[in-house]
Amino acid sequence: MAEKKFRVVHYLNQFFAQIGGEEKANIPPESRAEVVGPGLGLKAALGQEAEIVGTVICGDSYFGENMEAASAEVLNLIKEFEPDLVIAGPAFNAGRYGAACGAVCAAVQRELNLPAVTAMYPENPGTDIYKKEVYILPTGGSAASMRKVLPKLAAFALKLARGEAIGDPAEEGYIARGIRKNIMTHKPGAERAMEMLLAKIKGQPFTTELPMPAFDRVAPNPPVKDMAQATIALVTSGGIVAKGNPDHIEASSASKFGKYSLAGLDNMTSETHETAHGGYDPTYANDDPDRVVPLDVMRDLEREGKIGKVFEYFYATVGNGTSVANAAKFGAEIAKELKEGGVTAVILTST
Amino acid sequence: MVKEIERAGLPVVHMCTVVPISLTVGANRIVPTVAIPHPLGDPELPEAEEKVLRRALVEKALKALETPVDGQHVFEE
Repeated sequence: MAEKKFRVVHYLNQFFAQIGGEEKANIPPESRAEVVGPGLGLKAALGQEAEIVGTVICGDSYFGENMEAASAEVLNLIKEFEPDLVIAGPAFNAGRYGAACGAVCAAVQRELNLPAVTAMYPENPGTDIYKKEVYILPTGGSAASMRKVLPKLAAFALKLARGEAIGDPAEEGYIARGIRKNIMTHKPGAERAMEMLLAKIKGQPFTTELPMPAFDRVAPNPPVKDMAQATIALVTSGGIVAKGNPDHIEASSASKFGKYSLAGLDNMTSETHETAHGGYDPTYANDDPDRVVPLDVMRDLEREGKIGKVFEYFYATVGNGTSVANAAKFGAEIAKELKEGGVTAVILTST
Repeated sequence: MVKEIERAGLPVVHMCTVVPISLTVGANRIVPTVAIPHPLGDPELPEAEEKVLRRALVEKALKALETPVDGQHVFEE
């Protein structure tokens, strides 16, 4: 059994690599010939069959702001370790990190022709972007599920490294990629369809063989005809709130949104507003909140007659780890108020 | 949020830095911005120049709102 161990490279962000939080989210890719952070748990779960030969780390904002260039840099560092397999994350519900893990795995498969796997929360935007091309195992919303997911991630990774066939998503526990495969069964299609139909009529559970993809796209509305008469509303998921955060909007996983008057305000300053967002370095937004909600420029445009007017309130929530269900609910409620207020169109800014 | 605002019948432009995320959440009019912690600014610039940059981005967003699109569109330069 003294076979060669599979060589694994592990990808992490600055936070899980224990370099720092948001203030370090801008660090460029770096590599270390050692096991780092969650790599320790992963190493234990991989056992004797594989060895983590290196860890490649990149700051989440650095990656998110230049995804193509960052992918290429990360890939070069990964290549130097001559791995057999790459494991990224887990990213849980960290959006930029999830997107980075997906991008790294996709690039590893495409450019290096090596197997790769990652894990994240199903609502992480990285899931939707990369599930078609990358094996993604589902995790809970926070790092509290680390212990549970690492053994699964390790077992799946070893299967990939061994070149074993990967079965369907339900049996292997990864997020469905929407790929159809032909398989042999002992019953003809008509019979299987009848069984499903009968089960459905009886109200019994059944499993479709062809789940329809859930496309929820909303068609764009017609453009604004006369900007000089239009009322434009400002909305942000970047967490800009009145100073002191009077509504106590959570720094992450927001359960509500805030509505703040713009009456008499010519711009936003560190005296009047601040950010409640816990998912990015707040220094720049706190110094000048116009960098997230561009009130100063909107007032200029209003005075110059380029737009009719700025709507008298702006709306804000924190998009960090906020559930899709909550975000949709906030969006619908905000839209209802904007329509009642006679708003023509909306500028929504995100960090 | 952006999708629900659109669904309610209001044209909406999404200004953000991570365009792939905007595409996946279903925004139709997208204007890429400067950086995650300061989408509409650049702390490296002197204040006046920073405002010029911000104005250019907002004007691009208004232009996007005035432009008919028939699906997702990223307004680059």
